[in-house]
Amino acid sequence: MQGMIHHHAQAVEMVALIAARSTDVVLRSLGERIDVSQRDEIAMMQQWLHQHGQEAPDPLPHIGMDMGGHTMPAMPGMLTAAQMTALKAARGRAFDRLFLEGMIQHHEGALEMVRVLFATTGAAQSTAIFRFASDVDADQRAEIARMRAMLATLSPK
Amino acid sequence: MPPVSSSRATRTVALALSVFVVAARAFAQGASTTDPRATLKAGWKDAGEASWNLQVVSSTWKPEAMYDAKNLGNFSFMNSDLAFAGKHVFQGNFNGFQIWDASDLKHLKLTTLYPCPGGQGDLSVWGNLLFMSVEETRGRVDCASGGVKDTVSAERFRGIRIFDITDIEHPKVITQVQTCRGSHTHTLVEDPKDKGVVYIYVQGTSVVRSPSEMAGCSGAMPDKDPNTSLFRIEIIRVPLAHPAEAKIVNAPRIFADSAGAIAGLWKGGEHGAGTQATARTDQCHDITVYPAIGLAAGACSGNGIILDIKDPANPQRIAEVMDPNFAYWHSANFSNDGSKVLFTDEWGGGVAPRCRASDKLTWGADAIFTLQDRALALSGYYKLPVAQTNTENCVAHNGAIIPVPGRDIMVQGWYQGGVSVFDFTDPAHVQEIAYFDRGPLNADTLHIGGSWSAYWHNGYIWSSEIARGLDILELTPSALLTANEIAAAQLVQHDVNNPQNQMQNTWPAQPVVARAYLDQLVRGHGLDAARATAIGAALDAAEAASGAARQGAYAALAKALVADEKGAADPARVKALAEVVGAMAK
Repeated sequence: MQGMIHHHAQAVEMVALIAARSTDVVLRSLGERIDVSQRDEIAMMQQWLHQHGQEAPDPLPHIGMDMGGHTMPAMPGMLTAAQMTALKAARGRAFDRLFLEGMIQHHEGALEMVRVLFATTGAAQSTAIFRFASDVDADQRAEIARMRAMLATLSPK
Repeated sequence: MPPVSSSRATRTVALALSVFVVAARAFAQGASTTDPRATLKAGWKDAGEASWNLQVVSSTWKPEAMYDAKNLGNFSFMNSDLAFAGKHVFQGNFNGFQIWDASDLKHLKLTTLYPCPGGQGDLSVWGNLLFMSVEETRGRVDCASGGVKDTVSAERFRGIRIFDITDIEHPKVITQVQTCRGSHTHTLVEDPKDKGVVYIYVQGTSVVRSPSEMAGCSGAMPDKDPNTSLFRIEIIRVPLAHPAEAKIVNAPRIFADSAGAIAGLWKGGEHGAGTQATARTDQCHDITVYPAIGLAAGACSGNGIILDIKDPANPQRIAEVMDPNFAYWHSANFSNDGSKVLFTDEWGGGVAPRCRASDKLTWGADAIFTLQDRALALSGYYKLPVAQTNTENCVAHNGAIIPVPGRDIMVQGWYQGGVSVFDFTDPAHVQEIAYFDRGPLNADTLHIGGSWSAYWHNGYIWSSEIARGLDILELTPSALLTANEIAAAQLVQHDVNNPQNQMQNTWPAQPVVARAYLDQLVRGHGLDAARATAIGAALDAAEAASGAARQGAYAALAKALVADEKGAADPARVKALAEVVGAMAK
């Protein structure tokens, strides 16, 4: 859960880059949706951790500052500091492409985390975690399919 | 001001006007923030309450095993769906089920408390059989708590449990039918040709289990595995004389396209910029069957579908529809005459606040379609018209038709948005006519709660409260719904009621049914006012008479009413009134 919060926070950080770098209305709309869903899920994870007496990271206030990713543990699919730097430097179609590629990589990492969760002895034995993981799985699969389709419509590099 | 061509000026004005109109409409149609429901005091048993045209008959709090005192919003102890049989109400819970004796509506008695974790715990009842949905990986064959630690285990149960409730205080497991995706919900379907069997449609929506645990299970996409456990429902056949022999007899590919591709419906995603992102159609959340008309309405993640169920073991899809405002097609209800289908959108999954003032009234709402010639056409939306707080999970959820003759009225649970009763006779102008709501469970944090489902059953509204218990509500007369209309609805009685198995409502030929139609003619100006008054007097006179004089009075009135049809503003309603009065003459 604590790891997944940082994982989600990176998606929010990526979405925050769209406004100044892309004019694509469909991408902007996708970004808004990812922002809302990831923030909702972060809040849900924080609440769950509080209820279980554990520390809940709150990375969102720091978004916009240069986090660089170097203090966080590596999690499946998370963009490296170099990838984030490249994304921040890109503009227009180049940005759109890097964003979609990066977010697909990011979401596939979340799917991997869910797969590992369900394959871990003793995990997902409360409704809250079971539901959350099932929802992440369904939502992010759908968004990956959507982003792949969007990527296919971008002209080649 | 720079000169502009007149056409451009016209366009500018027109644009400004249209922006104004859209803005004004958005304002007028926005969820109300001044309604009493918007600002109720938070609390568990002491939350603020608001009601309008509804009164609370009783509120029965959860028994101890069914909540977590340290965390009232603990998902593992949510109350879920309801079923009814005789004097008993069956209430599911993610931790098992409860059976209430409702002989005294003001003082329900807990007949049976049956802990058996696994969620969602949706129930159906048929004769001495009770069916229960089990979804989660923590579900155990032996109903014990503690979950199943191993990722592959013979101890795990996900599917449909079947109990014998002959001794209702001591349900006995007869058999348990395992399924690949578990059972999020299920629907009981009778066979019109064979009274000796019932079918259970199993709606699995979550993770597919390992083939090592259950042979043949596969979570792969169809291009990788044509035998995937996704993109289907399972159908269990239950021979009533030998329920232990219940087993899966079919797993129909009800989303297939004409070329046979099993992933034939919505692929998931947005419908263009600014639209909702709709889930992929690889599951049904709910299927509501209506055996009397041989159809079912499936709310199937990315689409609404209509199934022909005359052969219930082999449902055939005959129509499908999608909607760019829907995130997740969740549940369905037919109007009593089968001409309309109301689908709900569970945007946010039921765990998020989606009735805030900033949320669109077409998102997380009901969409009403007319069903004609095997095609669905969008006719209108309804969403709880009042803003709820950030700490109230709120979105369209489960409801049922209230059998008021001559009108399409439904009661529906909106989680912590409470219970709303509305008229959708004219789907383009849906009107709320009653409500009941409580404040949030907690003012600072969202704890899951509210009305999971609100159903009409035998004269009352029954609302399964996720975190609190079971509320029984009674409609009170108003200008929007008269005492006669309520009394007519109360005449419709069903001994058994499994809410996703819709029953056709018919009304006995009684004076109050005629008076309900007459009240509607007066309210809607469907008939000349003086004539309506005279008809009321004629009904009074007939009721005051007895024997042959009464029959004669009804016969004369029926004859006169047939003549009234011509020239009436609402001839269909006058005809319905004439038929009831005519039937009373016999």
